Amino acid sequence: MEQLFAWLSDALADNTVFNFNTLTFYGRGLVNTVQLVFLSLVIGLVLAVPLSIARGSKHKWIKLPIFFYTYVFRGTPLLVQLYMIYYGVVFIDGIQDTWLWYFLKEPFYPALAAFTLNTAAYTTEIFHGAIKATAKGEIEAARAYGMSHRLMMRRIIIPSAFRRALPAYGNEVIFMLHASAIASVVTIMDLTGAARFVYARYYAPFDAFLFVAAIYLCLTFAILYLFRYLEKRLLAHLRPVS
Amino acid sequence: MIDLHGYGPRLLEGALVTIELGVLSLILAIILGLLTASAKMSRNRLLHGIGTLYTTIIRGVPDLVLMLLLFYGGQIGINQVTDLLYYQFDIDIFININAFVAGVVTIGLIFGAYMGETFRGAFLAVDNGQIEAARAYGMTERLMLRRIRFPLMMRHALPGLSNNWMVMLKTTALVSIIGLVDMVRVAEEAAKATHEPFTFMVPVAIIYLLIASVSEWFFSRLQKRYNVGFGEAE
Repeated sequence: MEQLFAWLSDALADNTVFNFNTLTFYGRGLVNTVQLVFLSLVIGLVLAVPLSIARGSKHKWIKLPIFFYTYVFRGTPLLVQLYMIYYGVVFIDGIQDTWLWYFLKEPFYPALAAFTLNTAAYTTEIFHGAIKATAKGEIEAARAYGMSHRLMMRRIIIPSAFRRALPAYGNEVIFMLHASAIASVVTIMDLTGAARFVYARYYAPFDAFLFVAAIYLCLTFAILYLFRYLEKRLLAHLRPVS
Repeated sequence: MIDLHGYGPRLLEGALVTIELGVLSLILAIILGLLTASAKMSRNRLLHGIGTLYTTIIRGVPDLVLMLLLFYGGQIGINQVTDLLYYQFDIDIFININAFVAGVVTIGLIFGAYMGETFRGAFLAVDNGQIEAARAYGMTERLMLRRIRFPLMMRHALPGLSNNWMVMLKTTALVSIIGLVDMVRVAEEAAKATHEPFTFMVPVAIIYLLIASVSEWFFSRLQKRYNVGFGEAE
């Protein structure tokens, strides 16, 4: 590690923009971005699974509110949602006296809430589409076995639907990574925030933004390959015989 | 009625900016998308390479980063070019990038890549027999593109196109970050000034939903038009 640092500072000795200081900014930005995206995706996924099942319910009073939620969150820009939560949460009466304020006074948690709600809405629709597209034969076969609705959901529909949703969900993960760039607007030092800081300090837009674009590109490709690997493993039975 | 503290007209002006921005970038994106699709389908390896590089890089980098790069970097880049022109050839021009143009160019550039993929898939989905039949009629390539390939391609491209438009409409909100006064920007300023975020953000959200619903209706009409001859008999 010591050697690495020594080598790094040597290599960067005559570079005015990318010195040790700015690289630590980018490093912290990377950590913030990954944290924000990963947490919102995990919580969003946990929320989306029951919501997507309830979205296909026969009862209107279950189905309609969820449809309304996904329609609103998918139909408005994430930036507007972020502003609403970030600026809006302060004005809830008495919130500053509760323990919640401890979290909410940092911009990280309102941003996390906005991202989570947004990704949960998209993921719900993706899963709902996959559940609806389940082959009729599979459901008929399960019925013929005398499975209850609950058992059929657990053993037949969900495993096959979630596998088929994998490619679309992979797109959603990449979309979320890219959408997280707006976190820099509410003063979070994510990757884009670091780039904006470096730009403002050295007035070097090409260096600052091209470097961060390269990092995002690497992250995108990493996610892409992860999902390609998962698809290969989990969707092996759907591949055409070569 | 809710009290908009006199920000109402400005909010509507902002909404107009959003719509103008969306429509202009959509036109640019469709042109770029058609060019990219033909570049990626051409047998020329250089063109194919450029098309692939363009779509890969644009789709791998966040919109906001590209927007900041083009907006802040574009001016410096253009200044360097005009400086060079001045010193080398004694041509004195000054080009000032305004935020609106930067926004249209960036969003058009970004969604050109997505449109390119949509159009490429749609062109490939056109039935080969149709093209053979057109050849058999002795149509030239140009006539075939106009009469056969383009109308048939649009049927496959429309769902992707409408999807891209919906995403693009929401992306236009990002221009408020580079200083363009669209409705999000007006709402943010108003929210900060009056300490009533919901009074301004909720109408903005409703306008977005309204535009989305109207365009959904429009695209379904268009889809019906291009589906003529493919549906079941009535």
